[in-house]
Amino acid sequence: MTITLNVNGQNHQVDAEPDTPLLYVLRDDLELNAAKYGCGLGQCGACTIMIDGKAALSCVTPLLVAEGREITTVEGLGTIENPGPIQQAFIEKQSAQCGYCIAGMMMSAAALLKHNPKPSDDDIRSALRTNLCRCGTHMRIMAAIKRASELMEQAAVPAATNRSAG
Amino acid sequence: MDTFNKAEITRRGLLAGTGALVVSFSVANALAQQPAQPPAAPAPAKPPALPGSLNTDRFLDSWIRIDADGKITVFTGKVELGQGIRTPLIQVAAEELNVEPGDIELITADTARTPDEGFTAGSQSMQNSGTAIRNAAAQVRELLIGQAATRWNLPADQLKAEKKTIVSPDGRSIGYGELVAGEFLHVEAQPQSRLKTPDQFSVIGRDLQRVDIPGKVTGGVAYIQDLRLDGMVHARVVRPPSYSATLKNLDASTIEAMPGVISVVRDGNFLAVVAEKEYQAIKAMRALEQAAEWDEPANLPDQAILPAELVAMEGDIGTVAESGAPAFPNGPTFEATFTRPYIMHGSIGPSCGIAIMKPDGTMDVWSHTQGVFPDREAIAQMLGLPEDRVRVIHVEGSGCYGHNGADDAAADAALIAAKVPGRPIRVQWMREQEHMWEPYGPGMVTKIKASVGPDGKIDNWAYDLWSNSHGTRPGDAGSLLAGRTKGNATPLKLPKLSINPNGNGDRNADPLYAIPNRRILWHFLPDMPLRVSALRGLGAQPNVFSIESTMDELAIAAKTDPVEFRLKHLTDNRAADVVKLAAEKFGWGRNEVPRGHGVGFAFARYKNHAAYLAIALELEVEQETGRVRVIRAVSAIDSGQAVNPDGIRNQTEGGILQSISWTLYEAVTFDRTRITSTDWSSYPIMRFASVPDTVEVHIIDRPGTPFLGTGEAAQGPTSAAVANAVRNAIGKRLFDLPLTRERVKTAIGA
Amino acid sequence: MRFLRAISILLTLAVIAAVGFLLIGWRSEIPPDNQAANAQYPPDLVAKGAQLAAVGNCIACHTEPGQEAFAGGLPVPTPFGTLYSTNITPDPETGIGRWSEAAFVRAMREGVDREGNHLYPAFPYDHFTWVTGEDNKALYAFLMTREPVKATAPANDLVFPLQFRPLLVGWNLLFLREGGMQPDTSQSEEWNRGRYLAEGLGHCGACHTPRNAFGAEDRNHHFGGGEAEGWQAYAINASSHSPVPWTVDSIAFYLRNGWHELHGVSRGPMAEVTGNLGLLPDSDIRAIATYVASVMGEPSPERKEKGERLTRSFGNGGANITTAALDENKASADLSGHPGAAIYGAACATCHESGRPQPYGGLNFALSTAVNAPNPQNIVNVVMFGLPPGDGQPSAVMPAFGNTLNDRQVADLLGYLRARFSDQPAWTGLTDLVAKTRSGEYPVTVLASDGIERAPKNVGAKE
Repeated sequence: MTITLNVNGQNHQVDAEPDTPLLYVLRDDLELNAAKYGCGLGQCGACTIMIDGKAALSCVTPLLVAEGREITTVEGLGTIENPGPIQQAFIEKQSAQCGYCIAGMMMSAAALLKHNPKPSDDDIRSALRTNLCRCGTHMRIMAAIKRASELMEQAAVPAATNRSAG
Repeated sequence: MDTFNKAEITRRGLLAGTGALVVSFSVANALAQQPAQPPAAPAPAKPPALPGSLNTDRFLDSWIRIDADGKITVFTGKVELGQGIRTPLIQVAAEELNVEPGDIELITADTARTPDEGFTAGSQSMQNSGTAIRNAAAQVRELLIGQAATRWNLPADQLKAEKKTIVSPDGRSIGYGELVAGEFLHVEAQPQSRLKTPDQFSVIGRDLQRVDIPGKVTGGVAYIQDLRLDGMVHARVVRPPSYSATLKNLDASTIEAMPGVISVVRDGNFLAVVAEKEYQAIKAMRALEQAAEWDEPANLPDQAILPAELVAMEGDIGTVAESGAPAFPNGPTFEATFTRPYIMHGSIGPSCGIAIMKPDGTMDVWSHTQGVFPDREAIAQMLGLPEDRVRVIHVEGSGCYGHNGADDAAADAALIAAKVPGRPIRVQWMREQEHMWEPYGPGMVTKIKASVGPDGKIDNWAYDLWSNSHGTRPGDAGSLLAGRTKGNATPLKLPKLSINPNGNGDRNADPLYAIPNRRILWHFLPDMPLRVSALRGLGAQPNVFSIESTMDELAIAAKTDPVEFRLKHLTDNRAADVVKLAAEKFGWGRNEVPRGHGVGFAFARYKNHAAYLAIALELEVEQETGRVRVIRAVSAIDSGQAVNPDGIRNQTEGGILQSISWTLYEAVTFDRTRITSTDWSSYPIMRFASVPDTVEVHIIDRPGTPFLGTGEAAQGPTSAAVANAVRNAIGKRLFDLPLTRERVKTAIGA
Repeated sequence: MRFLRAISILLTLAVIAAVGFLLIGWRSEIPPDNQAANAQYPPDLVAKGAQLAAVGNCIACHTEPGQEAFAGGLPVPTPFGTLYSTNITPDPETGIGRWSEAAFVRAMREGVDREGNHLYPAFPYDHFTWVTGEDNKALYAFLMTREPVKATAPANDLVFPLQFRPLLVGWNLLFLREGGMQPDTSQSEEWNRGRYLAEGLGHCGACHTPRNAFGAEDRNHHFGGGEAEGWQAYAINASSHSPVPWTVDSIAFYLRNGWHELHGVSRGPMAEVTGNLGLLPDSDIRAIATYVASVMGEPSPERKEKGERLTRSFGNGGANITTAALDENKASADLSGHPGAAIYGAACATCHESGRPQPYGGLNFALSTAVNAPNPQNIVNVVMFGLPPGDGQPSAVMPAFGNTLNDRQVADLLGYLRARFSDQPAWTGLTDLVAKTRSGEYPVTVLASDGIERAPKNVGAKE
């Protein structure tokens, strides 16, 4: 069946069975690389995306339920030429070893920062408890999320100033 | 980063498509068969030893090529496994070529393009490939200067190489690309290079940002899992439910009729499905799993008594080290048995392989293997093809930490591609398959007896270890699951006991400490009831865990502080330096340890000839549950000349956290028939809740000294430091890994 | 409604309390014992106390997630306001470090603290009153040898005038049956032991028996199913809804391991119960199982037959699961067009039809009590919040679908599960229930599936 998906602000027509996990549609049909297959069981978080601004596991999300909702993947956070604050922070803190889990980490972080712009260490640990990293990059991932929080705050301040000035 | 071209790359295409030097590019193995090639002088019986891997691939243009337009390409036979090796390799090349790192494109292992550097393993990429590339780069630079000097008729020592040009004192300049016409770099390397001295470094020793991270955090094509070749179809393998299961019955007719299914492949006990779309392949795989009936013998060891089972498998005994004659008369003696279970690599991304059988009868295979050349050999043998008809190209996968399912997934793809030719076949392993079929780090038992003499120093040390070989990597078809399960199968070659300086199960079994009487024996276990192979550090983790646990017990017996006790037995100043630095930065002995907390220390020099690492850590033990959490870890590492200090820190932090996870949580479980660790539920690893508050890595840089590698140095010392800190916290020694909350709680008592 | 009900309850309690004072009067303070916390207790006694504390699951209520064990401070929501558990570490200032054994025994038997204040029955002294003197001695020794922690719980937040503790005298007169248990000589020693543990320290009824308007257990519906922390505590009497009837063996296995292949994994507050029973000897586990199984009684022939059929299909570690077995429980109506079918296919079937054995593979829903129970709250909770992983422990892990599925989609899925895997009537009001659970209007405590989340200092535990 044909389903309309809104991914990173753009609508796509996708032809797939309604029970297909969203992960395979994102990767194979839309050719978005960031969400990764890690377990297919909802245990590792490598496939984390955002649905309507909240972290969700695309490997156990039926395509059907994604229709009419806002899907965000790491590709929606910025580009290699123009990385968004979370991506910038992960680069700055060199928060990857193999990097396979990192896109999922970033989406969990993005969802966290949306409703908690200044998370504590414990908040971060709690938000990322479903995301596994095998390389042991955890310290840097936490550092990057704190850094992303700063970058987002800095980006927000001038905007606010401009508005008040204007 | 190395962007991947969808268009099929053939060697012919490569040869035709690039610049001046390319025509003559070839790898040394091919050259060795061409007697016309050697330079003027008659070939010596034994060529002089060249630095690093130059010794096996002796021509400069095997390593470095410069196009007419000045484009610089560096080749390595090593691969990116998530350890970040691309960046320091680029750094050493850029340093010696006097160019910016961004000027260099690095090509990693590809049987059609790069030198054969065997496996990327043993923390040896910097020693082997880094040394080769650095020397080659320095020699290329000098050749370029020499060439310019000839053209300008100036003395070479007046010329400088900078920004991809050679410049003269009078302001003339000429680009590298203009100097490299013909077979200019197709010359054999010299034993000596004019390497830059540390005071001249501008790139080596710098925290250059890793070249691969921007692509990885923005959704670039970064992994083999991300490749989408034209016409590619999706395959899934149905592995037997247990190691020795044989296919009894299968009616696949309904599966062949499922939507999108192209083919059901059956070859002996090898089963797979190929479908147009990925989820169609998964559904067909599930149906095939239900349809297949297997005979399963119950032939696994009894996990409840695993140590005894392992010891009973003993075959040959080899002497790892011996000096003096250990005897145990009357002094304080410590005697113990330590055990380590089978543990997993546990890559977050399950293995993936892609292969295509082309109309001309050649096959291309894309793999995240650690060794493209040995993998090619094994795959060719499995398929009955000559090696030169198979090309294996490395593409990065998820971090592997040793020999995981990468080669097997490549072989699966190759076997399926041979039966379903013409389209690229992508095999993605499922999570359960990776958990159940990857070759584990072997279970081990160690027994130690050691005594302290009247001078408070260790006088006798007897150490026995029981272990399989930790290396069953490819080289022949029997090392591949597909090769072992297909019809006309090749059985796994049972490894033999082999003792060499790199070590294997016996890696780091011989303590670096000065001990007059020692004897270290490896009781070799030839049978491998569970599939095993190389896992980060091989035997170093269990051996250092045993040795350094013992060091603490002996320190207690000698009534000496454990750091002091170690220093008393270290004769190598670099070893003593990391011990002192870790202790100092940690504040060892300076602060009172809160109740319920413990501190622990450990040290090892990896393989006794590579990186030095010491670590101190503090942890808390929750009295009511026995749960342990490391609070802070402080380490000091000496990897020789540090090329990318942040890369060293990143790898060491990772090693520490991974080793904490191994030490506290991990053990592969099995019943008498099947592996029962099938996912992250049944094989838990560290999650964020348990991550320390801080991890520090302090680097002792040794400019101008050889690269010592980094990747595996933390595994052993961290395990031991955790065990020593638990001992410090609860007053009791634990001998069996992992230090689960049940074991700790049992030791604490009520 | 709630207000009026509270008023009538208060009036009743006040009247009874007034009478109560005349009859039994104030409780006096028991003098502080300044040596209690420093005294030596025999290790055997402490070890026994540890086992008993596990039966009592003391740690669960007396520990706040992420804080020190037994230091109290956990908010306990009740219909009458929020109570905070007390610090029962031997800290002399803020804990029970100055309590003599006599003071401890009085608290267990009568619900009165050392100073003579009445305790609220959220502390289940109506059960603990059964605990023998010997066992109290061991429990006391165990608690007095814990790590002392200085921690004061927040003040209780109760509806007026329940702050006035003497009112509890009235409650006690109505509902507290002080004193020990009389053995039932017609039953085996094991059964009597089980009853002692289950009804006394184990206080199973505190969750599994419904409560009346006074917040006391309704003795007419013993083990008839109650509620705890947003979870349904299933009926464990004759009206049990488990598709395969429980047996002594299956209860014992479940209590010992926290799961059973025909019943699934324990979760919610029950995960803590099974998670903390680790220290209890098999004999005591078996005794509890024997008693609880006898309360459940012999199942009807139909239930028994169905149970045997399901056991044939799904027992033996899943070794017999075949396509036929999976189809066996399919409802006769064609559900392929059901809006929940596709959700089930991608979100559930991967684990729940994998054939991977319990506890790590998903339970086939034909075996699920949650799907067969009259109240869908537990399956709503599990779908919304998942089973968070235990920390470094093998444990069942299930992802939370709260962010993936909207209220309607959860309701569709549950409707499908009910129709396909149960012969019970369809649930009603699912969408509304999901919405209330999501919004927090109906509060639910989510615990890691190894059930020990509360005990250790665990920085990741905060939700």
